[in-house]
Amino acid sequence: MSGEPILSVDRLTMRFGGIVAVQDLSFAAERGKITALIGPNGAGKTTVFNCITGFYKPTGGAIRLNHDDGRQTALERLNDFRIAKQAKVARTFQNIRLFPGMTALENLMVAQHNALMRASGFTFLGLIGVPTYRDAEKRAIALATDWLKRINLLDRADDAAGNLAYGDQRRLEIARAMCTEPALLCLDEPAAGLNARESASLSELLRSIRGELGTSILLIEHDMSVVMEISDHIVVMDHGVKIAEGTPREVRDDPKVIAAYLGTDEEEAAAVMESGS
Amino acid sequence: MTALSTETTQAGRTVGIPFILKKAFLSACVALVLFSLMIGIRTEAGPDGQLTWWTRFGDLASIVGLVFGGSIVIELLRQWIGPTGAEKLVPAPIQRSLSLAGRFLGPALLVFTLLVPVIFYNQRYILDLGILVLTYVMLGWGLNVVVGLAGLLDLGYVAFYAVGAYSYALLATNFGWSFWVCLPLAGMLAAIWGVMLGFPVLRLRGDYLAIVTLAFGEIIRLVILNWQSLTGGPNGVSGIPRPTLFGIPLDNSDDGLAAKLGIEYSPTHRIIFLFYLILALALLTNWVTIRLRRLPIGRAWEALREDEVACRALGINTTTTKLTAFATGAMFGGFAGAFFATRQGFISPESFTFQESALVLAIVVLGGMGSQLGVALAALTMIGGFELFRGLETYRMLVFGMAMVLIMIWRPRGIIGHRAPTVYLTKAQAISSDLVKEGHG
Ligand SMILES: Nc1ncnc2c1ncn2[C@@H]1O[C@H](COP(=O)(O)OP(=O)(O)O)[C@@H](O)[C@H]1O
Ligand SMILES: [Mg+2]
Repeated sequence: MSGEPILSVDRLTMRFGGIVAVQDLSFAAERGKITALIGPNGAGKTTVFNCITGFYKPTGGAIRLNHDDGRQTALERLNDFRIAKQAKVARTFQNIRLFPGMTALENLMVAQHNALMRASGFTFLGLIGVPTYRDAEKRAIALATDWLKRINLLDRADDAAGNLAYGDQRRLEIARAMCTEPALLCLDEPAAGLNARESASLSELLRSIRGELGTSILLIEHDMSVVMEISDHIVVMDHGVKIAEGTPREVRDDPKVIAAYLGTDEEEAAAVMESGS
Repeated sequence: MTALSTETTQAGRTVGIPFILKKAFLSACVALVLFSLMIGIRTEAGPDGQLTWWTRFGDLASIVGLVFGGSIVIELLRQWIGPTGAEKLVPAPIQRSLSLAGRFLGPALLVFTLLVPVIFYNQRYILDLGILVLTYVMLGWGLNVVVGLAGLLDLGYVAFYAVGAYSYALLATNFGWSFWVCLPLAGMLAAIWGVMLGFPVLRLRGDYLAIVTLAFGEIIRLVILNWQSLTGGPNGVSGIPRPTLFGIPLDNSDDGLAAKLGIEYSPTHRIIFLFYLILALALLTNWVTIRLRRLPIGRAWEALREDEVACRALGINTTTTKLTAFATGAMFGGFAGAFFATRQGFISPESFTFQESALVLAIVVLGGMGSQLGVALAALTMIGGFELFRGLETYRMLVFGMAMVLIMIWRPRGIIGHRAPTVYLTKAQAISSDLVKEGHG
């Protein structure tokens, strides 16, 4: 294990025509820690995620992923699917993107596509049913089952993902990302639309991912109770630039952060202050 | 959450007389506007070239009334037998016995198909019809990989059928290669063309994808039509060798099968052989597809149909996934084409028009996209239906079209509209078609 951060973003800029969604943004995500990216709506958080996971090609700047073994990958040069496959960065979406017509278990199996593809000899060996593939499939099912247990959905394993309750879908999407066995997990507003009890169990899940599996997490979140409770480090954005960064305590007391939230959405500002008192 | 609540209100709104009346009234209004000029006022050039006109309000009123009444009838039909009402109306025990019957329907059909040549030994017409139906079953199953599983709308499927047919025809007539050597080659060549089609359409979705695949089908047909020196152009290729039973011909000669077995020769032998040949090819298609569905590649196809962006976020290479879907579907089309060539003994571009693509696509859609049994039933219905209504002559297409529309009103997601999971922990539950996506292409 190296002491380097797992992800370092350096002077990232993203323009859409005349709009500058992200400007000269630099921050780092520590290995094995939860780093939160917060800011009012439209601040550019999702855009940063899309740049990191390759859905957008950044206009400028560098995004480096430092692997455990010291290798370094330049994410801004890779295609989206290669970032997930080779750089081991997994993500969820602000609007849930499960495979609604497939079962919860199938969703988790699709996530293990690349490993299973190799085991099936790129389909040819799998087609004739070689035992090595059957073993690999059993292991994949075991991993999926394990995750279904963790997110408390084992009894819904054979139900269509689209039939699950909203909160369950959110957790299933996280489990699906984790089934790719990522080095860095990027979550885009995982607590959006959850009630207080569901938020609490989400915090628990994220803590266990960090604690037991040592997976580094990058988190966008509006729910301040979740952010303040579980984050190790917080980066605050507004209008595409970083306005503050630090531990939850430091960020909470930063007047610039409070101003940014006050300027946009009173409810959110109240949430920040409330969690501070 | 909001999406959920609007869905329930919509479902709730469909029942109730005010809703039906409102809908019928709206339809009648549209009809009134539409027909007031077309039917309400009749214009004609008078004897001296001047414009004469007169009104036909009686006709207009009856048409509008007809639309009003018809709209009510259709809405009532929809609610009684349609997908929304069906669940409530059909009692649970009947539904359970139906699903039980559904489980045995596949095996029963297979056994019956195996016995067709025995039962109808002397009825050449039935055997020929059976071969035709099985050919479309195979084509439907092949296209099902592309459209039903991967969700890529392919309107040019006949191109691969043509490539397979011409591959066998040309290899056999020019080099004298046997059917069993040419069959895999025809499949491979068609698969290569499948990849060639796949590349330019990788980034296309929906209507655009459909139009390019349609054009691709036409291009292949036009090339065949115009490349006279190779394909014979509009004259086609004739004298295509008949298939042999591993080298033993099925004809009247001294070393034919009948002579070898010491039985009396009959032309039916060859028909029966062809019947079992296409049955075997179709079953191979079915077996491979069912297996592929349970392998990572098949799951990736279905995931692609559900959400392409999510696939990429999970590290799935959507390019190769799409190309393999096109190639696999094309390969089965190529096999079917080779069979078609050997059965007919003569092929020409006329057999590979857009109408064929449309027919195969209709079979897949009618069957319920992704369902193997549904596609088989749809092929039987469509091809058998064509024959059944033959006696109606000119009205054949009209009756047939009406039957199709009624089926689609009754079952908008196809005959078998639910999806079976590819893997399960405790119990395989059918997934309602409302959740399954149709794909973006
Ligand atoms: N694909 C796009 N094309 C044009 N503008 C975009 C695109 N994606 C994001 N933006 C703009 O970038 C800004 C930041 O958006 P986003 O990253 O979604 O904010 P956040 O996730 O912080 O709420 C917004 O002004 C948005 O309109
Ligand atoms: Mg966002």
